[in-house]
Amino acid sequence: MSMEKNELNTNNPFLPEPARIVRMYPLTDDVKFFQVRIADMEKALSFRYRAGQFAMVSVLGAGEAPFSISSSPSRPGLLEFCIRQTGTVTNALFRLKENDLVGLRGPYGNGFPVEKMKDKDVLIVMGGLGAAPLRSVLLYCLDNRDQFRRVILLHGAKRPAEMIFREEFFDLKKREDLECYLTVDEDDTGEWVENTGVVTTLFPLIEDIDPGNTFAMVCGPPVMYKFVLKELVKLNIPKDQILMTLERRMKCGVGKCGHCAIDYIYTCLDGPVFTYWDVIHMRELI
Amino acid sequence: MRIVKLQKERLFPFLEVISEGADLWAPVKKHGDKHVFKEVKDFSQIDLDYTRTILPPKKIMLPPTFNMFKASKEGYQEDFSHVSKKILFGVHTCDIHGLLIMDRFYSYIYDDPYYSRARESTLVLGHSCWPDENCLCKSTNTHIVEEGYDLFFTALDDSYLVWIGSSRGDDLIRMKPELFDENITDKDIQGFIHWREKRDKAFKTEIDFSAMPDLMELKYNDPLWEKLGDACLACGSCTNVCPTCNCYNVLDKPSLGEEYSEIHRCWDACTLENYSEVAGGENFREKRLNRLKLWYTHKLQAYISKYGKPACVGCGRCIVTCPVDINVKTVAKALDGEEVDSFWNRFHQEVRK
Repeated sequence: MSMEKNELNTNNPFLPEPARIVRMYPLTDDVKFFQVRIADMEKALSFRYRAGQFAMVSVLGAGEAPFSISSSPSRPGLLEFCIRQTGTVTNALFRLKENDLVGLRGPYGNGFPVEKMKDKDVLIVMGGLGAAPLRSVLLYCLDNRDQFRRVILLHGAKRPAEMIFREEFFDLKKREDLECYLTVDEDDTGEWVENTGVVTTLFPLIEDIDPGNTFAMVCGPPVMYKFVLKELVKLNIPKDQILMTLERRMKCGVGKCGHCAIDYIYTCLDGPVFTYWDVIHMRELI
Repeated sequence: MRIVKLQKERLFPFLEVISEGADLWAPVKKHGDKHVFKEVKDFSQIDLDYTRTILPPKKIMLPPTFNMFKASKEGYQEDFSHVSKKILFGVHTCDIHGLLIMDRFYSYIYDDPYYSRARESTLVLGHSCWPDENCLCKSTNTHIVEEGYDLFFTALDDSYLVWIGSSRGDDLIRMKPELFDENITDKDIQGFIHWREKRDKAFKTEIDFSAMPDLMELKYNDPLWEKLGDACLACGSCTNVCPTCNCYNVLDKPSLGEEYSEIHRCWDACTLENYSEVAGGENFREKRLNRLKLWYTHKLQAYISKYGKPACVGCGRCIVTCPVDINVKTVAKALDGEEVDSFWNRFHQEVRK
């Protein structure tokens, strides 16, 4: 079968779109930043997504995996990902260079309910690579700053060198319309000027919270959730206003392969953003 | 719906005519007393006196492994070579219900073209059957079928009553209308009523599936799951043979030395160990009991809550397949409080204690 004769079924949801790596550089020892643009200009510009959605990214010969989109929908055209080298697909991604092509399809998942968050306070709690999906909603809030009341960011990493988007967040700290608190579990540099301690040690620094009018968003390593959720509940933020975005194995992103099934829902269709109430209600979520 | 009559001796002449433009798949004997759906050229191989095939017809729509794309630097080329014109003859009601569940699943929000194209190019010709002790289709209400087939043959003494379920089914009849009799007599109707009454009384196992969502919830932390998890071999057989199990994996198969890859889609099973493992090694369902809970949540709880019927079509394949008796029958009975005679129960009582 020659390529020309094959009629392309544009409705094939599994067909990746070629996308070019525009920029890539390391964020930490094992995390790289990828900025990609869909090769077809028209499609690149019409690719619309919501903060908190994800895309399937593939490398020829290595496979495909889901990645949260780290860029903000308020800045269309380019898509950004922060990717940790940890498996077959990410190993292959790390071997690529700027200008190389990857496969991309999406966006998938529900994303954050930013409409509901209008005129409310937004509290973002990120740990480690949890910054990848939450940076999208953070930038979205900042780009549409007048739609939200307070925007509060708590960001924790193990050590200063492991804090992804370190420079970006230090820059953001200068903004007066963002309450930005950074912390590291331990400072091995002796030069860290911000807070030291796990991310929950930042909570006492936040000034009075209006819990009924606050939406909290959490993402981080599994161990972080238990402690952060406890703090949020202590603050009296309603359970359905505590949002978290979850990671699951996925092979399709469109509710067919089954790998991301939790109880009777699919993380790719019904998630990856869930409320704390969902978590209590559905088991197995975290 | 229209019903016509076909004398039994006219079946092969009919199959002869309709299989000219398509591959005919039908149940044939395998390994002595077992059956499989297989492409048949020689109609004498067809054995309609079967209870269940080893694998359900899903293997025809989505083979255990097939290629989705041929991919190279020049781009992706879709591969639909698993799709061809087929006539699937002799399908029982449970398996037609299995296909209906698959239809709903694979078209939900996103249409899966690998399934839908194969399904559209396959004509389904159903056939009546007789239950054995492992058939649960009366309990799952899948012993009757109203849609999902093109023709359905109910075997009476000398003839078939043939339900025409679709326009394409009607086209098949029109290929040789003289074989069929439009005139259904009172005797035929009496024959059908008699057959149905007798068939409905032949079921030996009954399970109240409507109780399962609540029981699954109430017994989510019951020691029963420890027993099941302890005995489960995590072999994935229950999943392979289930007409409503649809999980799959995707594997890139690069060719050595060339920048060319085939992207294969192959059956997977949530009961296998690495099924829920994510990059970095975190596994959300490391324990067998947790994987079994997911499987049974899907079969006995979730679908009932959503659509009012279980995602089990009562075919009994898990019952005859699981080496340690973990199946819809024993699990449902155990959830219902019965002390079931099963390998997993004996294993717990005799070996673990």
